[in-house]
Amino acid sequence: MKLSFINAVLSRPIITILCCILIVAGLGYGTSYLTFRGDYKVFFGDNNPQLQGFEEMQKTFNKNDNVSIVIAPKNENVFTNETFELIFKITEDSWQTPYSTRVDSITNYQHTSAEEDDLLVEDILLDPADLSPAKLEYAKSVVLNEPMLVNRLIAPQGHVAMINITVQLPEKDKNQEVLDVVKHVRDMVDKYKAEYPDTDFHLAGIVMMNNGFIEEAQSDAQTLIPGMFLAIFIMLLLMLRSFTGMFATIIVIITSIVATLGGAGLAGFYISTPTVNVPVMVMTLAVADCVHIIASMHYYLRKGLSKNAAITEAVNTNITPVFITSATTAIGFLTFNFSDVPPLRDLGNMVAWGVMLAFVLAITLLPALLKLLPARAIKQTDNSNFMERFAEVVIEKRTPILIGSTLLIVAVIALVPQNKVNDVPIEYFDESITFRQDSDFMDQHLMGVSTIDIEISSGEENGINKPKFIKQLDDFSLWLREQDRIDHVFTLSDTFKRLNKSMHGDDQAYYRLPEDNELAAQYLLMYEMSLPYGLDLNNQLNIDKSAVRLTLAMDNVGSDEILAMEQKVLGWFKDNAPELTVRGASPALMFGHIGDRNMSSMLIGTTVATILISGLLIVALRSLKLGTISLLPNLLPAGLGFGFWALYSGNINLGLSVVTSMSLGIVVDDTVHFLAKYKLAREAGKTAEDAVRYAFSRVGRALWITTLVLATGFMVLAQSAFALNGNMGLLTAVIIVLALIVDFLFLPAFLILTDKKQYPVKESAHAAIQVQN
Amino acid sequence: MPLFKFKTKRISTYLTAGLLTAALAPFAQAQTPEEKGLEIAKTRKATDRGWNNSEQDMKMILRNAQGNESVREMRSRALEITNDGDKGLTIFDKPRDVKGTAFLSFSHTLEPDDQWLYLPALKRVKRISSRNKSGPFMGSEFAYEDMSSFEVEKYDYKFLRDEACPVQPELTCYVVESNPKDKFSGYSKTIVWIDHKEYRMFKAEYYDKKKDLLKTLESSEYKLYLDKYWRAHKLSMVNHQTGKSTVLLTDNIRFNTGLTDKDFDKNTLKRIR
Repeated sequence: MKLSFINAVLSRPIITILCCILIVAGLGYGTSYLTFRGDYKVFFGDNNPQLQGFEEMQKTFNKNDNVSIVIAPKNENVFTNETFELIFKITEDSWQTPYSTRVDSITNYQHTSAEEDDLLVEDILLDPADLSPAKLEYAKSVVLNEPMLVNRLIAPQGHVAMINITVQLPEKDKNQEVLDVVKHVRDMVDKYKAEYPDTDFHLAGIVMMNNGFIEEAQSDAQTLIPGMFLAIFIMLLLMLRSFTGMFATIIVIITSIVATLGGAGLAGFYISTPTVNVPVMVMTLAVADCVHIIASMHYYLRKGLSKNAAITEAVNTNITPVFITSATTAIGFLTFNFSDVPPLRDLGNMVAWGVMLAFVLAITLLPALLKLLPARAIKQTDNSNFMERFAEVVIEKRTPILIGSTLLIVAVIALVPQNKVNDVPIEYFDESITFRQDSDFMDQHLMGVSTIDIEISSGEENGINKPKFIKQLDDFSLWLREQDRIDHVFTLSDTFKRLNKSMHGDDQAYYRLPEDNELAAQYLLMYEMSLPYGLDLNNQLNIDKSAVRLTLAMDNVGSDEILAMEQKVLGWFKDNAPELTVRGASPALMFGHIGDRNMSSMLIGTTVATILISGLLIVALRSLKLGTISLLPNLLPAGLGFGFWALYSGNINLGLSVVTSMSLGIVVDDTVHFLAKYKLAREAGKTAEDAVRYAFSRVGRALWITTLVLATGFMVLAQSAFALNGNMGLLTAVIIVLALIVDFLFLPAFLILTDKKQYPVKESAHAAIQVQN
Repeated sequence: MPLFKFKTKRISTYLTAGLLTAALAPFAQAQTPEEKGLEIAKTRKATDRGWNNSEQDMKMILRNAQGNESVREMRSRALEITNDGDKGLTIFDKPRDVKGTAFLSFSHTLEPDDQWLYLPALKRVKRISSRNKSGPFMGSEFAYEDMSSFEVEKYDYKFLRDEACPVQPELTCYVVESNPKDKFSGYSKTIVWIDHKEYRMFKAEYYDKKKDLLKTLESSEYKLYLDKYWRAHKLSMVNHQTGKSTVLLTDNIRFNTGLTDKDFDKNTLKRIR
């Protein structure tokens, strides 16, 4: 059946090629349906409880997506005419930002003061023409003493200031909205950069983060995909040394990518920062298929077979192993569906689909192309001898190898628990990226970008004006400020104190909470009636004044610390104000939770992948024993990889959560090939030693090549400055290399020392070995 | 506070308008959109003259994007002032913790308005900075400047077009753009729909400083009082940027209840009930 299929493909190569092109073109049409989503919310499913909680809070209060413009004058003093005026101008201009609804800075801060018996509420600086040294001194004293501002809009030392633009994105065309905001802000900042060369500007905030996701996806697409083509070109040049083979492989790769993405488009997938690298992965896996078939063809050509016969034989001997390796790889990727992160599920599904497409094209389009193109036997550089010599060394030193490698494996795997799940979106961006540098700068000088919004609900209308509630809010705010790593607490209790003071002739003795329900309510009403457009309290109060939103900013800490802070906050309320309803929400919390939850689900996914793949191996090898033994070389590399990771970084992000499943599906290929040949030799009556020799000589070189190709492909991915992609690529590449080491050292030593029982000799196996030799 | 007084010109006004139109007809070609816009604004104000004073009950229903609701209740009193802006007084009844709080405002045609707030818990009257009129009124989607009395001199006008009125499409409306002269306004411009016959405002669009549509107001349930003055009983304001909205319901409108200047004095606010 196999042969008749191959003959059908080869007898009418043009028809085969046309059919392939037609199907690929048909699928390729689907690429026009592909859209790109760059916002961070793609990482959360619609039913994600944290996302839902966040969206609800955003609807109850206003959205607080923002751009922060951080201003750092080189003379390290914000309180100069020049810089103060600059902040005033940027504040004014920022109102022109698309979708902006609010701009906060130290110049438009609504300062309250007593003027005779009246309450004056106005901007710190209404008109730069008013800027006298006395006014500046006054502004400085007010601003640096206001807890609402210090560490948020002004550094305590007065050397850095921030202008915060809040936008309400309609979320109709999320990318375009983000790009529009960023373009406007960057243009504005560029204008002021030219005007104020002695000032540094930094841009941070949620909108800039979303923009970072978009820009990094673009950058990956623009650098990694061409980089991958270059890497493939070099690899093929080294390994195949045949223009024909290179050309045919590249055609197969291109058609695989087009068909993969087109099919994804037809199926309604969108592209996001993680899935932008689907082409790189599909290319990597497709190259491996092609290289096997082309290398075999050259082998048979050298053996003197005709071109047609060589191609037929190459496809015939490879179709089953290539199918099995593609299937196991696809299974590995399909278990990404256990993930809680939609783009990771998409990544798995798209690559799985791509791998199977590449398989089909490698056994149809590839042989047809090879048939049409000129081919000649390529002289082989003889490193099969090298594999045989290597086999002898392994056989001879099997005991020290087994003991040594076992000890090493145990030691490295013991490091695995040192890793911790850590999903901090800022850390997805490499330190070489401006957005990361800017965010770090802001963290260092003002406040961190890890914020948590806390909704505190009194449970009754106007309950936030009750003295008891205000007291609880204040106690909580004061407690928060004492906690480690807290940079800033934005709380209504400060406003109440300030109002009480200003309502009493700015008497500092009255900088305390109003003690009467009506008084508090009326202060607040008075204050609200005095605030201008865009600077109201609607971002802190819900409409029936039953709840407030407090925002705390932490240093850029790990997600475990953010989750711990959430628990501490909930614990505080349980102990001190159990009657209040409290919940936290923020992008930082969402990422923290998804990181944890996704890790648990991917552990299940990985287990399923292990069971399925081992089952497939048992069937493919037709041996329960070898299938079970294969678990070791299949799983050890991932264990070793994560041990290495504990030394290298120790942070496990969403991208790494899928690495075990993915690498399992890939590295299993080595084991399959090696064990299949080993078993064949054993069944032909050979000893374990001889069977290892045979396996090395038959597949050693092929495994080298596959490992080289795959590791190179994933190393290209590792160049991504976006850590979800970059870390995933790097660790996968490491695991692939480790897998080869395990297969070449540990596995043969283990087989020789443990697999001593005689195999029932099969005549067919004997014949197969004779023919192939 | 006088809220949205739109009233009809009855017979005499029709006559005047008819005569004016006839007299101006030869010059109609020469009228610029700005002149026409101003003329409409002037007629709108002119048709709402002579009501002296009024009182009404008001209820505000606030809704946020999440669909939660909250209600505010208040009473308002208004005094017509010739040659200057009107005077208004709003007394809050609900929420209970601000009950008795009174908001007094004197509109002016040229200078900024004067605003005071009486806080019963503090037993003091506090002046509110005149610049601050663009923020939310009682946390609603209405700003003070949306609710204060309409004064011709506060805006520049531009007639845009005629079209079917919103809410009542059988009527024809002038669509007029008005640009606030006060730099402390929260808006870059407002577009209003005013019907040809009765000069009632059916709709207004408020644009923020970056010239994006911020809010839309729709006025409905107009009733005629004293055979002359139209009053809308329902005003719906929708904020397009935040998804919040406020419905302002007016009820129990009474005219000529005997209010005088003395009832709009900041020194007597403490005694207001």
